[in-house]
Amino acid sequence: MCLAIPAEVTKLLADEMAVASIDGVSKEVSVALIEDLAVGDYVIIHVGYALTKIDPDEARRTLELMRELSTERQGALQ
Amino acid sequence: MKYADEFRDKAVALGLARAIQSEADPQRCYRFMEFCGGHTHAISRYGLEDMLPKNVRMIHGPGCPVCVLPAGRIDMAIRLAERPEVILCVYGDLMRVPGSQGVSLLKAKARGADVRIVYSTADAIRIAEENPEHEAVFFAIGFETTTPPTAVMIRRAEKKQLDNFSVFCNHVLTPPAMQNILESPDIRSIGPVEIDGFVGPAHVSIIIGTEPYEVFAKEFGKSVVISGFEPLDMMQAILMLVRQVNEHRNDVENQYSRAVTRHGNRRAKEEVADIFELRDAFEWRGLGFVPHSGLKLKQTYARFDAEVCFAMSELRVTDNPACECGAILRGVMKPVDCKLFGTVCTPETPMGSCMVSSEGACAAHWTYGRFRDRQQRPS
Repeated sequence: MCLAIPAEVTKLLADEMAVASIDGVSKEVSVALIEDLAVGDYVIIHVGYALTKIDPDEARRTLELMRELSTERQGALQ
Repeated sequence: MKYADEFRDKAVALGLARAIQSEADPQRCYRFMEFCGGHTHAISRYGLEDMLPKNVRMIHGPGCPVCVLPAGRIDMAIRLAERPEVILCVYGDLMRVPGSQGVSLLKAKARGADVRIVYSTADAIRIAEENPEHEAVFFAIGFETTTPPTAVMIRRAEKKQLDNFSVFCNHVLTPPAMQNILESPDIRSIGPVEIDGFVGPAHVSIIIGTEPYEVFAKEFGKSVVISGFEPLDMMQAILMLVRQVNEHRNDVENQYSRAVTRHGNRRAKEEVADIFELRDAFEWRGLGFVPHSGLKLKQTYARFDAEVCFAMSELRVTDNPACECGAILRGVMKPVDCKLFGTVCTPETPMGSCMVSSEGACAAHWTYGRFRDRQQRPS
């Protein structure tokens, strides 16, 4: 039920709406819940509403940490 | 898809599984509840349980709003949809959920009721505008994630001065249900709940932030790690929980930092606070009445409240007494321990909340896990 997907904002529209590209598919979504939105931002979309912006730096840091955690034990078990 | 594919990398998932394997103490058992149905589904879909050591057990919580909606509320919605002037707008998840006597909204629609699936609350507004001679009612359901879109829509209906639009509100809250699992009076009859920590919801937490979970760490001595919905997110969150247990820590940690902050989405919280207020109690299928766990429209918005506009009376339906959902949702029993599981209770004919949608513990086990059971059974 709480499923939501990441999408890139490609155009800002009137009335707190925007066009978001979901893997190349464009969809009009409400951005009434988001502050300071710009074209090129990634947002998380749920039932036609953007819930938040994705923080690209945090995403990169999380991925780096995951890769680190996944390799640091490699030697230990082999 | 950016921000999804890279969090599904198999090699990294296997590496994280190795890390969990090597850090989990074989002398003890780790019991973590993923509250959210989205996590339950991800665990089943990606086979994450198969990657965890035997002593790390996941308990599937009640975080699926479709599952926990009492059958009486479905009956109330069906009764509403049967009124000739009403167009009932619903999210697709709700169509197949049976009320009493197995009647669902899908069946009510087949009998002539005007029930329409909407993708977004904005569609419900459009239907109201296009059908001024009818009453459009939105069947609102969902946790904190789904509530702000309903709030935005009510504000918009007010601005547009729509007088043929209302909301049948069934929005529920996560923290009170988590608390109920830990301290419910039922514990006396079903035995103690043994949970070391929670995998906290992803998208609920985008709205409410990590702060509301701090009470579970401070007062209940439980570890909480907020996790994203992708498989790597969950594996990392489970590793973080194992580390907390090993280090005797009870903290609220945020794995899903690319989307979740401590205070959440300020604007969304304000929208919800403007329009909704707490009910004294709300019934959850499988948990019973949970204090302060549901929302209703404030008196000032009563003209958009379907329960007021249509003088809807509360309907109650008793679940099958043999159903063990209450114990399964608290991790005291597993789906296969219930004698209804897979016999009279299947996703086609669900008897209890955990079988209702694909995010429920029993439905997930029926769809994916029973094949694993079969493989493990000695021949």
